Amino acid sequence: MSFYDRLSVRQKQTVWAWGFLAIPIVFYVVVRFYPTANAIVLSFQEWNLLGARTWAGIDNYVTLFHDPVFWKVFRNTFVYLLIGTPVSLILSFVIAYHLDKVRFLHGTIRALYFLPFMTSAVAMAWVWRWFYQPVPIGLFNNFLASFGIAQIEFLNSTTNALPAVLAPAIWAGLGFQIIIFMAGLRAIPKTYYEAAHIDGVSGWTIMSEITLPLLKPTIVFLVVFSSIGFLRIFDHVFNMTTNNPGGPLNSTKPLVLMIYDTAFNSFDMGYAAAQTVVLFVILLIVSLLQLRLLRDR
Amino acid sequence: MSANLSSSGSSDLQVQASSEALLSGSTAPVRRNWAQYLRWLLLFAGGILMVMPLAYMMSTSFKFPFEVYNLNLVPEEPTLENYTYVLEDGRFLQWFFNSLIVATLTTVSSVFFDALVGYTLCKYRFPGRYVVFIAILSTLMIPTEMLVIPWYLMSQQFGWLDTTWGIMFPGLMTAFGVFLMKQFFETVPDDFIEAARIDGLNELQIWWTVAMPLVKPALAALAIFVFLGNWTAFIWPLIVTTSQDMYTLPVGLTTFSVEQAVEWELVMTGAAISVLPTLIVFLVFQRFIIRGVVMAGLKG
Repeated sequence: MSFYDRLSVRQKQTVWAWGFLAIPIVFYVVVRFYPTANAIVLSFQEWNLLGARTWAGIDNYVTLFHDPVFWKVFRNTFVYLLIGTPVSLILSFVIAYHLDKVRFLHGTIRALYFLPFMTSAVAMAWVWRWFYQPVPIGLFNNFLASFGIAQIEFLNSTTNALPAVLAPAIWAGLGFQIIIFMAGLRAIPKTYYEAAHIDGVSGWTIMSEITLPLLKPTIVFLVVFSSIGFLRIFDHVFNMTTNNPGGPLNSTKPLVLMIYDTAFNSFDMGYAAAQTVVLFVILLIVSLLQLRLLRDR
Repeated sequence: MSANLSSSGSSDLQVQASSEALLSGSTAPVRRNWAQYLRWLLLFAGGILMVMPLAYMMSTSFKFPFEVYNLNLVPEEPTLENYTYVLEDGRFLQWFFNSLIVATLTTVSSVFFDALVGYTLCKYRFPGRYVVFIAILSTLMIPTEMLVIPWYLMSQQFGWLDTTWGIMFPGLMTAFGVFLMKQFFETVPDDFIEAARIDGLNELQIWWTVAMPLVKPALAALAIFVFLGNWTAFIWPLIVTTSQDMYTLPVGLTTFSVEQAVEWELVMTGAAISVLPTLIVFLVFQRFIIRGVVMAGLKG
């Protein structure tokens, strides 16, 4: 104790600070940094979980580059991103913009849009999977049939399955994006609109000159947040295609599902690790683009 | 996840203000014209459409098999038979309990440690502070999917496979929470802490009794996010658990649904059981949760 008493105020605080950080630092080293390093090392090795880990150089990456399934999966992952992000952002912006102008039952309507965000992806994937079944089981096809419209193949079609799997993912995230957009809209000072009104500026000009530019930080945040979400899509795909994960014919398989398959069904740990490194690099590029865009603000 | 060590006070106020404004309902002028009526009608219809999947899930969970394929939303002969069947199966209660334990413990742990780390990085000036902050923040860039393989190997080595601890350990702390809490502790005046120090409180007491009560809304916001995230977490529990006794609700639901594949009323009942708790919590604490989401979303 006497040693502690002899320290200056600043030194005492340093002791306390490192004391507070001790357990968290152990956690971050053991559960975050070491595994990250391990995954990168493993991606240069060959290992089937039972035998010894042997060095394989860049073999895993070469195999990946020549694997037609990987390119299919790569394409799918970006299709999820390139459809999912714009569709969900445009929908949520339009809804938030109009909801902001409505007073009657405002809170109730907001709650209706937000409720799906509180659900679990697994449960909702099964609900939507039921909706997509053919006549006489599935809700959508029964609905179409009651109007005499021909059936649509959802999950069994190589072209329709991916959008069908994506739809509940967009649906569930919409509420969050609407709330964030509304908060962003509220943060724009009213005086800007009043000034524009006095000057007789048209609605579209107000939108493109005031609303959208001032919403840029919100938009950038939501683009990155939802992009990362769609790039990591897994729960919906896995649960909607359990009989043939990622099917039909890999048409819905995203990168994370390929990683899961390679690691825990084929036990090709090195190859799976190489795939996770690719995922990491993709996500890193998306995050860095965001930082870049924010700096240009 | 924008990171800025010297966060600006004005943006804090803005977030606070906009999340408060959001809760007070719309401030739009009252307008009574056809365009406004049409806007309301379309928004309301859209909202109804949004909850339709949930409505059909609930309705079907109360239906007998013969009625499942009808489009009616109100069951002609409502029954609790599906719930009886699912609960008598017993596994759902176990999974529900497992999820509750995992989600509660990880929430308590993350809120405690994230707040502690956030506070330390915000209020102390010590050598190495910047390095620690950047190191923790950089883990935000590492996706869970990259870590599941090493975590699996680690669990295998230490015998954590198929245990509650095994499901929990990766989520005991979150970098997002550290960042969020650090931002919020900026709003706690240094004078308060200095005054407490003069009163003879030690640093741990200052954190716990002076600073923590001042950031309660942020703690609640973080707790909501962490709990929801762990309650619905799928890929890691799927990998780390092997026996059905250890499954969490989402993993259990997948197994159960694959078994029942053609009996959709039972699948819907299982889905309803796993979704209802969070839906009810939301309906009860709606304002509170929406404020939390805005704070966490805009600060993160």
